[in-house]
Amino acid sequence: MSEIARYRLVLATLGFAVAALFVLSLTVGPAAIGFAEGLHALFSGKAAEMTVIMREIRLPRAILGLMIGATLGLSGAVLQGYLRNPLAEPGLLGISASASLGAVVALYSGLSLAFPLALPLSALAGAALAVIVVRAMAGSSGSTLTVILAGVAVSAFSAAMASLALNLSPNPFAALEIVFWMMGSLADRSMQDVALAAPFMLAGWAMLALTGRALDVLTLGDHAAASLGIDLHRTQFLAIAGTAASVGAATAVAGAIGFIGLVVPHLLRPLVGSVPSRLLPASALGGAAILLLADISVRLIAPERDLKLGVLTALVGAPFFLWLVWRARRMAA
Amino acid sequence: MSLLDVRDLHVRLGARPVLRGISLNVDAGEFVGLIGPNGAGKTTLMRATLGLVPSRGIVALAGNTGLSARERAKVVAYVPQAREVNWPLTVERVVSLGRMPHLPAFSSPGAQDRDAVARAMRRMGVAAFAGRAVTELSGGEQARVLIARALAQDAPLLLADEPTAGLDPEHQITLMRTFAGIAREGGSVVACLHDLGLAASWCTRLVLMEAGAVVADGPPRDVLTLDRLRSVYHVEAYVREHDHGLVVQPLDLIAPRQ
Repeated sequence: MSEIARYRLVLATLGFAVAALFVLSLTVGPAAIGFAEGLHALFSGKAAEMTVIMREIRLPRAILGLMIGATLGLSGAVLQGYLRNPLAEPGLLGISASASLGAVVALYSGLSLAFPLALPLSALAGAALAVIVVRAMAGSSGSTLTVILAGVAVSAFSAAMASLALNLSPNPFAALEIVFWMMGSLADRSMQDVALAAPFMLAGWAMLALTGRALDVLTLGDHAAASLGIDLHRTQFLAIAGTAASVGAATAVAGAIGFIGLVVPHLLRPLVGSVPSRLLPASALGGAAILLLADISVRLIAPERDLKLGVLTALVGAPFFLWLVWRARRMAA
Repeated sequence: MSLLDVRDLHVRLGARPVLRGISLNVDAGEFVGLIGPNGAGKTTLMRATLGLVPSRGIVALAGNTGLSARERAKVVAYVPQAREVNWPLTVERVVSLGRMPHLPAFSSPGAQDRDAVARAMRRMGVAAFAGRAVTELSGGEQARVLIARALAQDAPLLLADEPTAGLDPEHQITLMRTFAGIAREGGSVVACLHDLGLAASWCTRLVLMEAGAVVADGPPRDVLTLDRLRSVYHVEAYVREHDHGLVVQPLDLIAPRQ
């Protein structure tokens, strides 16, 4: 099979998996709704109660699962390609941590009770702040090492501030709410959340997608890439701002969901011949499939206990990542 | 025709002046060896020529100043000293990255691009492992793949920073022949070389740099004199004319002055 045919097959398979998991996600939940009935209610709008459940509860959850998963997979692939570091992930730039801090501030100050959009808006502001600091620190040199170091510093500071909020929290319920929110979840999200996050995610995807060709050439290093006509500053801007917009919006509505941005590009890289630009669509689809699968799993494993999505992805993702490391070590030996 | 015209080029890295008023003109058909001790500014001169480091002075490529990065990439190809390939791409794909400046946005390589890639791979003797991952190759094979990548760029001027390092004698000579061939076909090559023997026998012209300035420029036999090898490199050398050209072999450090 030719290289291009194999790549198309990978994308088609992943696309089919995403479509199937999206439909499955619509049909899993505490309300006992049959598969066919549910889908009929969703589209026809005739069965009043069922239609409300499908349109107001399950549909936004499935849409967010798909979009957030795609965001994490895509931004992970872009950052690994841009930083040429297989350990890079969206959290590395400090964007997840600072968006979480923004959300914590909204929860802690009670703003989120005053009006519901305060939490995601505050999280987006946190992500924007992180990107400004990281870009300013990276400076005109555009060195990838300074980007990583600035991201680590922003992450550490945001985590410390979030801990401080917990530490000083006047009542245990606010603290509990903060802790639960930080674990990441798609439960009880509304169409309003979708409407808020989707434009930022789509804009972020567009920016990230434009880096594809530059990422291929960056395989040869900064100097060779620049000599081939790649604008390194533009690439840095697209990678960081695209991640901030899409991951910031994802974190704003769902909290921090780890490991997908790290593991999915790793898993799919060998299937696309390691070509960074080809990894982008594959990783976006793969991220969407994995997050939808994880979100279906939390509903099936412990329907009564509200198992948090971020807990599950880390619980499965971390040992899986260890396995990847072990396999890489064995192949290198 | 002048492919590279550098006039009064100055570069500072931090507070340290690295290039102090370099002027250099390279015509089509020349194979120039850029030689000089470590820290003389050879790599910086290449980077400044490509606009990779900020500089003061004039750099004209094929008669043009102020080219966009993309236009520049069609005129000059560059092989950096550091041999960096980050992902296990196939040899063919790495070489085809050289076609990037010729591809309009959102288009895939056409017949002309595939021809250029195949030609470059044959020329550097890497076509036999076109389908293998470049990270699995030996250092010398990787070096040849990266030079093939620059050849695929089809730019009239090629800048190569220590291209012979890590190659065995057969491939060093093959590379020198390839560069000489490019010059004969009307392109030009500027290569940083530390192997004075290769530089002496293959280059049409040598440019000797020391402490950020050009101290000698001309045919190998005029540049590599015993006196210059002593004053610039601090070595005694064997220098003789041979049927095959000039033979230069550094022998020992010069005796410390009394």
